[in-house]
Amino acid sequence: MSSAPILALENLTMRFGGIVAVNALSFSAQRKQITALIGPNGAGKTTVFNCITGFYKPTSGVIRLTHDDGTQYEMQKLKDFNISKQAKVARTFQNIRLFPGMTALENLMVAQHNALMRASGLTLLGLLGVPSWRTAEQSAIDNAVFWLKRVGLLDRADDAAGNLAYGDQRRLEIARAMCTGPALLCLDEPAAGLNARESAALSELLLSIRSDHGTSILLIEHDMSVVMEISDRIVVMDYGVKIAEGTPRDIRDDPKVIAAYLGTDEEEAAAVLEAEA
Amino acid sequence: MDYFAQQLINGLVLGSIYGLIAIGYTMVYGIVGMINFAHGDVFMIGGFIALISFLVLVSVGLTAVPVILLIVLLVSMAITALYGWTIERIAYRPLRHSFRLAPMLSAIGMSFVLTNFSQVSQGARVKPVPPIVTGGYTLHEGESGFVVQLSNIQIVVVITTIVLLGLFTWLVSRTRLGRDMRACEQDQTMAALLGVDVDRTISMTFVIGAALAAVAGMMYLLYYGLVDFFMGFVAGIKAFTAAVLGGIGSLPGAMLGGLAIGLIETFWSAYFSVEYKDVAAFSILIVVLIFMPTGLLGRPEVEKV
Repeated sequence: MSSAPILALENLTMRFGGIVAVNALSFSAQRKQITALIGPNGAGKTTVFNCITGFYKPTSGVIRLTHDDGTQYEMQKLKDFNISKQAKVARTFQNIRLFPGMTALENLMVAQHNALMRASGLTLLGLLGVPSWRTAEQSAIDNAVFWLKRVGLLDRADDAAGNLAYGDQRRLEIARAMCTGPALLCLDEPAAGLNARESAALSELLLSIRSDHGTSILLIEHDMSVVMEISDRIVVMDYGVKIAEGTPRDIRDDPKVIAAYLGTDEEEAAAVLEAEA
Repeated sequence: MDYFAQQLINGLVLGSIYGLIAIGYTMVYGIVGMINFAHGDVFMIGGFIALISFLVLVSVGLTAVPVILLIVLLVSMAITALYGWTIERIAYRPLRHSFRLAPMLSAIGMSFVLTNFSQVSQGARVKPVPPIVTGGYTLHEGESGFVVQLSNIQIVVVITTIVLLGLFTWLVSRTRLGRDMRACEQDQTMAALLGVDVDRTISMTFVIGAALAAVAGMMYLLYYGLVDFFMGFVAGIKAFTAAVLGGIGSLPGAMLGGLAIGLIETFWSAYFSVEYKDVAAFSILIVVLIFMPTGLLGRPEVEKV
């Protein structure tokens, strides 16, 4: 097992014309941990995600991913489908991006494209119905069923994904991301729009993904109850730079973070903290 | 009544051919959102390849008709599929992320290229072939002496179409490739993030569409006994109309639209005038689109935010 962090950003900068959305950002996400990326709106969190998953080509900097066996990938150089295929990074978006016209089960089957692609020998063996392909198809179905059960949607397996309730669609997205067999799971505001009970279930699901499946998680989230409960480490961004990094306890008491969220300056925040203590 | 039955048979056969071509239009539209105007010419190419491979087989002395038909079918599907793949690779893929009209213009250009390439390499004259599949059944003989006939070639066309449609429906709904195609149709970015090679999936769509067009080309050759370099234009426009009529993007819609256009054309020619059959087909298209803008089986387009 490699001792390097699963994901390391080194001096990542992303410029859109004159606007510097991310400015020389460096942080790392540890293996088999949940790392949260937080910060006020417009801090550049989603831009970081988009750089990691290849939507934006960073102006400069390196995003290095290291697998358990020590294989390294520089994410900014990978072609779109190789992000999942080679680097094994899965992500979700702020808005739901399921395939609405396909069933819940089919959504999870698409995510196992690569395993099936290998087994189907570039489609030909699959069309001929070679046994190894049937086994692969069956194990893909088993895996999909496992995740449907895990997120409590087994009875909705054959319903179109677009017809599920909002909270169900959110969980199905996470299940779909997990079906790709990711080493790193990037979640962009998974708790957005969930009620308190659904948020608690989400926290439980993410903790189990980390401990039972050994998947590292990088998460953007505004729901502090979720962030504080499940994160091993928190990175705080504001105006494209990192302003703090540490355990949930460190972050909670950091005057810089409070100042950034309240939009006040640091001394005022420190004074509030002291008064509370 | 006999006359009606005969026209129904003729219309269904013509409609099958249109439907096979229309599927290529609708599939490509569904996945990349462009109208592949060169698709009619791919159909024409399919007809020519069927003709050439038929002549080659006969000249090497093969005489068993079913064997000839099968080989011609496979050869023309394979080579035309290669054409489809190449067209997408050189004319559309480089323009994939360009402005919306660019691939369409490129498609029109590709259509000219194929038409003129065939004219130059094969000559401008109509190429006839002797009837390959002959014979048929007399279904009913009326008192007035009118005979309802079902020829063997009509049976071949309809059965081939049904078998191919069955295979194709299975491919799209049950296989990995079909799931990938549907996923790319709904959200290419997300499909890529899940590890689907979008470029390859789009290539496969063109390959399948071209193979079906080749079958249509071969059926046309067998049914009408001739091909020429310009036949892709009118057939392409008709099949495109069929795809729009059925609801573009919908696969059963394409087949239904093809049958509808085939029937309208045949009945109009039979009961009114042959000269105005195209006018009739396109007028019905206009009427349907006024009252059902998304076609017979199309889903309303939901604007993405």
